Amino acid sequence: MIEEVQGFLQVYVENWPDWGPQIYAAIWVTIQLTAASFALAIAIGLLLALGKLSPIRLVRAFCTGYIEIARGVPVLAILFLLYFGLVPLGIVFDAFTASVIGLGMGAAGYIAEVFRAGIQAIHKGQREAALAVGMTPAMTFRHIILPQAFRIILPPLLNMMIILLKDTSICSLISTEELMLRAKDLAMMSFLPMHLFLLAGVIYFFLAWPLSLATRRVERWMQRGRRQTFGV
Amino acid sequence: MEFLTKVADLGGPLLLGAVTTVMITLSALAVAMVLGLALALVRLLGFRVLNGLIGTYIEVFRNTPVLAQLFIIYFSLPYIGMKIDPFTAAVIGLGLNGGAILCEVFRSGLNAIHHGQREASLAVGMTPWMSLRFIILPQTWRITLPPLGNYAIALLKDTAIVSAIAAPEIMFYARNLVTSTFETTFIYILAALLYFCLSFPLARLVERFERQQRAWL
Amino acid sequence: MDTPLLHVEGLHKSFGALEVLKGVDMTMERGHKTAIIGPSGCGKSTMLRCINYMETPSAGHIHLDGELFGERQVDGGFRRMSEKELANQRAHVGMVFQGFYLWPHLNARDNVAIGPMKVRGLSQAAAHELAEAMLEKVHMSHKVEEYPERLSGGQQQRVAIARALAQQPKLMLFDEPTSALDPELIGEVLNVIHELAEEGRSMVLVTHEIRFAREVADHVIFLHDGVIVEEGPPDELIDNPRHERLRGFLRQINEH
Repeated sequence: MIEEVQGFLQVYVENWPDWGPQIYAAIWVTIQLTAASFALAIAIGLLLALGKLSPIRLVRAFCTGYIEIARGVPVLAILFLLYFGLVPLGIVFDAFTASVIGLGMGAAGYIAEVFRAGIQAIHKGQREAALAVGMTPAMTFRHIILPQAFRIILPPLLNMMIILLKDTSICSLISTEELMLRAKDLAMMSFLPMHLFLLAGVIYFFLAWPLSLATRRVERWMQRGRRQTFGV
Repeated sequence: MEFLTKVADLGGPLLLGAVTTVMITLSALAVAMVLGLALALVRLLGFRVLNGLIGTYIEVFRNTPVLAQLFIIYFSLPYIGMKIDPFTAAVIGLGLNGGAILCEVFRSGLNAIHHGQREASLAVGMTPWMSLRFIILPQTWRITLPPLGNYAIALLKDTAIVSAIAAPEIMFYARNLVTSTFETTFIYILAALLYFCLSFPLARLVERFERQQRAWL
Repeated sequence: MDTPLLHVEGLHKSFGALEVLKGVDMTMERGHKTAIIGPSGCGKSTMLRCINYMETPSAGHIHLDGELFGERQVDGGFRRMSEKELANQRAHVGMVFQGFYLWPHLNARDNVAIGPMKVRGLSQAAAHELAEAMLEKVHMSHKVEEYPERLSGGQQQRVAIARALAQQPKLMLFDEPTSALDPELIGEVLNVIHELAEEGRSMVLVTHEIRFAREVADHVIFLHDGVIVEEGPPDELIDNPRHERLRGFLRQINEH
């Protein structure tokens, strides 16, 4: 048993000079993809959340529709559409760009709902009390709603980041040069799928797990803090 | 007219894929639910080592991508002598992944039932098993319905990934269709639309669950 | 001293098809206290909330200290004020809610101080000083740094009163301030309100505490089904109710 495990691990040691640099480069791409799509998702998500509150019916409908579609269509389908599907129309994205746009636009749907839920979670009475004291709606949002909503929004936002990290693996299917693709290529070339996919899995785990722990820490920090206070 | 024939020609194979998609979703859902519930109940027993193992399983499957899990199962298992077809690999992979997620869902559902109810059922003379069956689980079911529904939607979307191991679902057929007909834009839009049509009723169902939940609470 | 502090004329309020206020008029002088009593759902809270335009009246006008509140007269008609103008007006009216609605992310002092700081532009030091003085008034000096979640209902409500006082308001509105409190906590809040009344503050008080209304108010309004059925000095109204409805209502209250 021990020899088998040793033999298994030996493969990594032998191949690391070859695999190592490629893997590192791929990890870096994965991280870039995650960060970029997260930023895009937040930007779009914020606009969508605000759009849903718009007095203009068309804007509201568009935002609602976008969110529905983004949440109902798989990431892979979106990526294929962006990378392959737009080429006949003259729109050509490179794999990385298509990935960032696809991941970001998809996640934006979820993030918009997170923003909306966070803001709505603040009891309406607090808004009233702020108005009664003479604050304008804008002041109310800035001093009363936002500080509290921020705390509520943080955990699901972090969770979304973890999901995006995992979803970058899907981008390998449109040949984005990230970790999963590198693992697959090396696996094909070396006929060592077990080793490489296991390695990829382990790397993803150690990228995502700290984020999971951090999310849980933030959730606990939040519970300890503020509870809603209202008499009725 | 030509448009409609185009839709029919291209939509046909895609619908075939949709059948597989639905079958994979339902099978994996069943596996995940059974696994998740079983593990959640086992966790209730409170054995440290067992709970540690279950916890590890959950952490591993929740912090790694589904694609990696599928590749490991599909490409690596033959080396240990197990050969499986894409469909089975998909159901196993997605099922294991789902089991980890649903274990947590069931756990919070079970915890949400106030311990006083369990006490009351024991006081009335029920065994722990009866208490579970008649008092706890029926209520847990109601609480877990929304997150279960949301998981089902996510699962449906994840089936697109199994095209990577050549399972004959929507995306797989879409890619083949593109290489043979070059109607790239049309096909991929159709594919996305198909997924949307499958997930939309589920999403509405989840919404109804959530509304019922709020009223019930 | 001639213009009454508060003048409500022809107040109507409907929520969709449901008409809650069906024509209410009221006048109150400076330094006076008016209590509004009546069965649940008759519109007491709605009437109070119309005074500072938390609800916009369907018809009728509110005048505070001679000025039109919440609306502007605009060539031949009336138009609801902008949020900014309304905010400026509301700063002069203090409101205490049944549910307290303290802001959970701020401690007691900051709950009281943030209004003066952000609305009136006081410096942080001046606002803190004001806050501490107001908290002292409601006997909460020992809890200035506490967060609302650590305060009892009665304590939270007192902080809410201090918050309203910090506006240095012309008029204080109390919307069933003790209805959400456990019985043993009601007393401390009523005592504070009593002290404020003794100071000569102008108040409109919606309450179920009839005995308290009798003590504190110099005018009582009995609202039923959206109209003022009877009104007058407390001892008259409460000890010798004329209207059958009022008698029935008081009998019901006494049975508890």
